[in-house]
Amino acid sequence: MADGALGAGMSPTDPGAPAVELVGISKQFPGVLANDDVHLAVRRGEVHCLLGENGAGKSTLISILSGMQRPDSGTILIDGEPARIRSPRDALKMGIGTVYQHSTLIPALSVLENLMLGESRRIVLDRGRARARMAEIAKMLGVEVDPDARTGDLALGRQQQVEIISALWKGSRVLVLDEPTSMLTPQGVEELEKVLVQLKQQGTAIIFITHKLHEALAVSDRITILRRGRAIGELSSEEIRSSTPEQNRATIVRLMFGDATDIGDAPELQTRIEDVEDLGARRLTIAAGDEEEPILELKSVSAPGDGLEPGIVDVSMKVRAGQILGVAGIDGNGQRALAETIAGQRRARTGSVELFGTPVNRLGVSARQKLGLRYVTDDRLGEGIVRNLSVSINLLLKRIGEQPFWRRGRIDARKVNAAALELVAEYDIRTPGIATRAGTLSGGNIQKLLLARELSLGPKVVVFNKPTYGLDLRTTENVREVIRRLTAEGAGAVLISTDLDELLELAGEIVVLSRGRLVGTVQNGRDAAERIGALMIGDGDSPGAVA
Amino acid sequence: MAIAAEDRAAAPAPPAPPPARTATGRGQMVVLTFVRSLVPVVLALLAGAVLLLVLGRSPVRFYSDVWRYGVELNNWQNSAVLMAPLLLMAAALVVVFRANIWNLGYDAQYLLGAVFVVGYGPWMFAHFPRPVAYAVLFVIAGLAGAIWTIVPALLRAYFGTNEIITTLMMSFIGIDVANILVKGPFQDPTVTIPQTKTIPYNDMLPNIPGTHIHVGFLVALGIVLVLHYLLTRTSFGLRLQVFGENPKAARHVGINVRRLIISSFLWSGFLIGVSAAVDILGLWSYVRSNWNPSYGNTVIPFVFLARLNLLAVIPFVAFYAVLSTGGDLATQAVSLPTDFLLVIVALILLFMTIIEFLGRRRELGQSYLTKGLREALRQPLVRRRRSP
Repeated sequence: MADGALGAGMSPTDPGAPAVELVGISKQFPGVLANDDVHLAVRRGEVHCLLGENGAGKSTLISILSGMQRPDSGTILIDGEPARIRSPRDALKMGIGTVYQHSTLIPALSVLENLMLGESRRIVLDRGRARARMAEIAKMLGVEVDPDARTGDLALGRQQQVEIISALWKGSRVLVLDEPTSMLTPQGVEELEKVLVQLKQQGTAIIFITHKLHEALAVSDRITILRRGRAIGELSSEEIRSSTPEQNRATIVRLMFGDATDIGDAPELQTRIEDVEDLGARRLTIAAGDEEEPILELKSVSAPGDGLEPGIVDVSMKVRAGQILGVAGIDGNGQRALAETIAGQRRARTGSVELFGTPVNRLGVSARQKLGLRYVTDDRLGEGIVRNLSVSINLLLKRIGEQPFWRRGRIDARKVNAAALELVAEYDIRTPGIATRAGTLSGGNIQKLLLARELSLGPKVVVFNKPTYGLDLRTTENVREVIRRLTAEGAGAVLISTDLDELLELAGEIVVLSRGRLVGTVQNGRDAAERIGALMIGDGDSPGAVA
Repeated sequence: MAIAAEDRAAAPAPPAPPPARTATGRGQMVVLTFVRSLVPVVLALLAGAVLLLVLGRSPVRFYSDVWRYGVELNNWQNSAVLMAPLLLMAAALVVVFRANIWNLGYDAQYLLGAVFVVGYGPWMFAHFPRPVAYAVLFVIAGLAGAIWTIVPALLRAYFGTNEIITTLMMSFIGIDVANILVKGPFQDPTVTIPQTKTIPYNDMLPNIPGTHIHVGFLVALGIVLVLHYLLTRTSFGLRLQVFGENPKAARHVGINVRRLIISSFLWSGFLIGVSAAVDILGLWSYVRSNWNPSYGNTVIPFVFLARLNLLAVIPFVAFYAVLSTGGDLATQAVSLPTDFLLVIVALILLFMTIIEFLGRRRELGQSYLTKGLREALRQPLVRRRRSP
């Protein structure tokens, strides 16, 4: 993360009337006041960062600004004039473009076709004009994208640039970026920062949403902190510039979590500021002294992909008891295929997966689970839980039909509930009750539910696929602690993550996955980050750049 | 284009708001579900009454006739007889719908079951004691129905082929096969119109003592109750539900998805075959060519109204049986075609859709009324106030 890449060479063009001002915005959902009298002024040529935990109201606020929700009360002023934004179309017309965390592009269409999707109600499409408009915006951003490339073939960073172009299609008054860096490589983040610099010079107001503190400090001119639906504090550009990063950090943490908490001492936050090398070195000593038999081993395993997701090719790796093996890589480079092949959800085409020295290729998910293999999926909502079933059933979803919860096929509701209550307490799952539908829990609690399910009853090897993705700071730290404890107790773990800091914090040895192949192994330690980054983009982002 | 643009903009819906901690009491849920299931029926009956008025008939007379001919005296027994195959059909559909599998081949599965029962019935009764013959014929009919689901089941399980299409196609074929059997090997040569041999009256299912309801009704009721237990209390039922709610989760937790798809198809087909056996051995005793009672179409709305809960299916099926039995005569009494009953069923479906839609909105924390509707309703009021 290139701190100050933006803060330095830039000066806000005109700090006059705000491009957009939200005045007293409130939005009530059943049981939750998502936004409570929020004021927010976003000035031209400024990056205004919204910082807050999950559920703090960031998403609701931007969905109001982008016309997806309407506030219960409050006004939106555009250039000082009250505006009614009743639909996403209205928002776009007023020059408010939003880039969402997850891609909204259609992979099978060309870049130009994707851009024209939002074009108009006209029946005949004007390709020539669209092409010209695209060139115009691309030039303004200082990016180069082939309009005729198939969108799905582009690297994620490039796809995001297409999304930004799309958001600016109807005008560039305000650009909203919802956690834009979560899918990017360090290099991709740098490119994004360059784009932001260009946009600021054009006088675009940028709203940048994140829950990563260091990111907020690096890119923003102004930071507003949201907590429980309220804007509880703002750091102006002067304040940010005149304080040291540590002071800013302390201020923000206090605002985000309140004074009562000691989260400021959480290792997560320390890591951001401290030199990661120290931590890496500490990890190394823990991981040393292995050379025992691996408990999980992959021997030249290949497995098919899934639509646009690549499969894995000729992957070999070993995990020993008490070890965390990190798997780094840009998202969509075979992570899911790897995790599912280990878990037994996907059959290996060639090679062998071995648990405790025994090949398990022919065993399915349940059989491998009985041997102590567990898989914490990254697709928490998609495959992790069944939304309409209760928390208690979801906690025991992988034990349907097993003793003692089912006897001769019949459910023993008392045993199921007792077990569920215990897990809810142990993993601190915040739920109104165990009969609550799992789909109503928040993201962090769903992840706790999955951890409770996978890690109960004797796990020996656990595959974690992006275990902290999208979680707030506190839950992230919880999850990492769970992983640490698990391996301290002698289990092995495969930690697949797109968050380099996370890998450097937890793993002793890190392998790098690129286009389904393991392109290198890095021992955690001195300049591990750089070496991993180089391997990651080896043939990922820019083909031909590195052999 | 406009739609695509809107969809695209709306695609990344903001994360759902945190769980509502209020108003999720279990009792309240049950009441709400109950209301939501009953309201469409009531509304449909009211709308039907309006229609009758428009047509110049007395709704009071019509509905009281439905009650008289469908329930009063011993007429309720006729309704009960109609319930038998409907209950089994509903059970068969619940088994697949719970797994979110659409077995729409019920017509062929029913007719094939029926044809095999009348085809082998006379011979079976001639050679075996009645209980054995009943048992064997039930199984034969069930197998005929089950076998007809195998092709869609395998295609879905191994290739993910859409079973709505395959079961419908197999249904067209199966109906024709049944007709060929009626006009071919199973035809009664002594009768000029193409129909099968008739099962001797004495060999039909016995009646429940003191009534003219055949015991098939009890069989159907028993099967529905056992199945309800299986679906709600056993691991099989839960697996079915998990797969139905979220197939990816089923794969993730290691449920043998292929086996589950195939077995729910087979169970469904088997139950449909059994419903045919109950109906033929209890009521019809023979099959004419081109005959098709199409119980599946009738029962589908009620299966959904009952929210795939077999206990709730029973009263709904009873309601329809009364409407149909009484309505046959009631429509004649007000000189309307019996198709008017289908209008009522269609109205139920319509109102069910509307109520579901509104309920969903409510669950999502929005107002019951859509924006446009609310403004349209408010308009006349506003105008009245402005022009005194």
